[in-house]
Amino acid sequence: MARAVSLRRRTITTAAAWLIGFLIFFPILWTVITSFKTELEAFSTPPKFLFFEWTTENYGIVQERSNYLRFVSNSLILSIGSTLVALLFAIPAAWAMAFAPAKRTKDLLMWMLSTKMMPPVGALIPVYLIFRDLGLLDSRGGLIVVLFLLNLPIIVWMLYTYFKEIPGEILEAARMDGASLWKELVYVLAPMAVPGIASTLLLNVILAWNEAFWTLNLTTSAAAPLTAFIASYSSPEGLFWAKLSAASTMAIAPILVLGWFAQKQLVRGLTFGAVK
Amino acid sequence: MATQQTRLLGRLAVAPSVIVLFLWMIVPLALTIYFSLLRYNLLDPGNESFVGLLNYEYFLSDPTFFAAIGNSLKLVFAVLAISVIGGILLALLLDQAIVGLNIVRLMVIAPFFVMPTVSALVWKNMFMHPVSGLIAWLMKSVGLEPIDWFAQYPLTAVVIMVAWQWLPFATLILLTAIQSLDEEQKEAAEMDGTPPLSYFYYIVLPHLARPITVVILIETIFLLNVFAEIYVTGSGGPAGNLPYLVYFQGLLNFDVGGASAGGIVAVVLANIVAFFLIRMIGRNLEG
Repeated sequence: MARAVSLRRRTITTAAAWLIGFLIFFPILWTVITSFKTELEAFSTPPKFLFFEWTTENYGIVQERSNYLRFVSNSLILSIGSTLVALLFAIPAAWAMAFAPAKRTKDLLMWMLSTKMMPPVGALIPVYLIFRDLGLLDSRGGLIVVLFLLNLPIIVWMLYTYFKEIPGEILEAARMDGASLWKELVYVLAPMAVPGIASTLLLNVILAWNEAFWTLNLTTSAAAPLTAFIASYSSPEGLFWAKLSAASTMAIAPILVLGWFAQKQLVRGLTFGAVK
Repeated sequence: MATQQTRLLGRLAVAPSVIVLFLWMIVPLALTIYFSLLRYNLLDPGNESFVGLLNYEYFLSDPTFFAAIGNSLKLVFAVLAISVIGGILLALLLDQAIVGLNIVRLMVIAPFFVMPTVSALVWKNMFMHPVSGLIAWLMKSVGLEPIDWFAQYPLTAVVIMVAWQWLPFATLILLTAIQSLDEEQKEAAEMDGTPPLSYFYYIVLPHLARPITVVILIETIFLLNVFAEIYVTGSGGPAGNLPYLVYFQGLLNFDVGGASAGGIVAVVLANIVAFFLIRMIGRNLEG
């Protein structure tokens, strides 16, 4: 901020930005506040903003009634599992595309991107039937496969843009010094690639955690993650606003924190490296 | 330096990803096309028969189908308009000298990380409830008649909650892009006393052309596929889009043939959109 800005202007823009920021954030804040109310107070008109008897009973009830931790562990297993499998496939692919590009590499990348444009509803019915016949409905394994395929293009793209930035000369130098391919990988490439891989992992765990088309359609209970659990509050339990809020707060809090750390990766990953 | 060996190795490294993605794309699509030509009801198994384009005929003569396409398109365009225009304005604001910008940015980006089912239920109940919702209370306190959102304006209600999630995304991308604008250019414009509007039109907007294109592309992909917000709020009747209709026809009505025909229409629609987008992107990304 090298530009000189008058105090008046600074005050106005700051106030406006804070006001708008607060308004956008308010629904989340309101959910958190409501989670600490009793059901009666959650429903009261006029609404109570801060002055009510704060209680944590909702959190206990949510866990007790619905075995909340099972849904959390499903969410964790699905999002982390699918991302790890995808990395296993994507790291070699992105590595090869970045360091030994062939004539068709650019086309291949565009093609991968284009698979993301295929709407899931075009695949829903057959995937559902195949899963039914293979006994994969409501199984974590089946869902991991779907989420892995869903995010694979983004993961390849992200890794590709990160690997592209690793200077090829370093690899050449290592090769000149007689490093084998294996050594080149472990000692030269890996240390430089780890930050990019970590960013990719972070963003894709977030995307998989919030995925709510396949998780809703392919699970019922055993493999249901938090998205599906929250959906079960739609009615008539949705009338229990305080419990809905407690369940929601727990479902979004961890990913919100991760998301705040992942802002830069988000920009880069979801714009396919076009905006950095 | 690409020797025969590395080239082979490269192919081997790329192959697994390409193969699984290819299968993921082609197998379900082929099956959907196949099913769409059958009379195939899950309640009547074993009696599948080839009926040609009959499912498409049914679908295309059904008013709910056109309503669903209409809803799909309205949803995409409304949310795009709100998030792109709002995103540009917000990004311009946040690019000013602001005390505590980091915290403001955290607040602005937060909704993007909220899972769709949470956003849907929180908005539907705690904000848009016609009696006890916060919006109803606000409207009553200024003397207005509260709106029963999901009864009167279901699609608008869905647009509001989806836009709430995507405005932050657009803002973050565009802000990142604006901030990469050359400081010296900004200063020069300021020293020359460039009026804000021409500064925006001649300096900022051209710089944003590419990020805006990317935002439109990404959001369109996701917005065409909005499902959870409609499913969870139970507004699929009046505000159902194409994904919802296919789900409804296939998994609730067990009409595999009909649902598959709907799925194929969704694929064609997405491809039409993608065709224009890719051209637009291609023009913008080359430079």
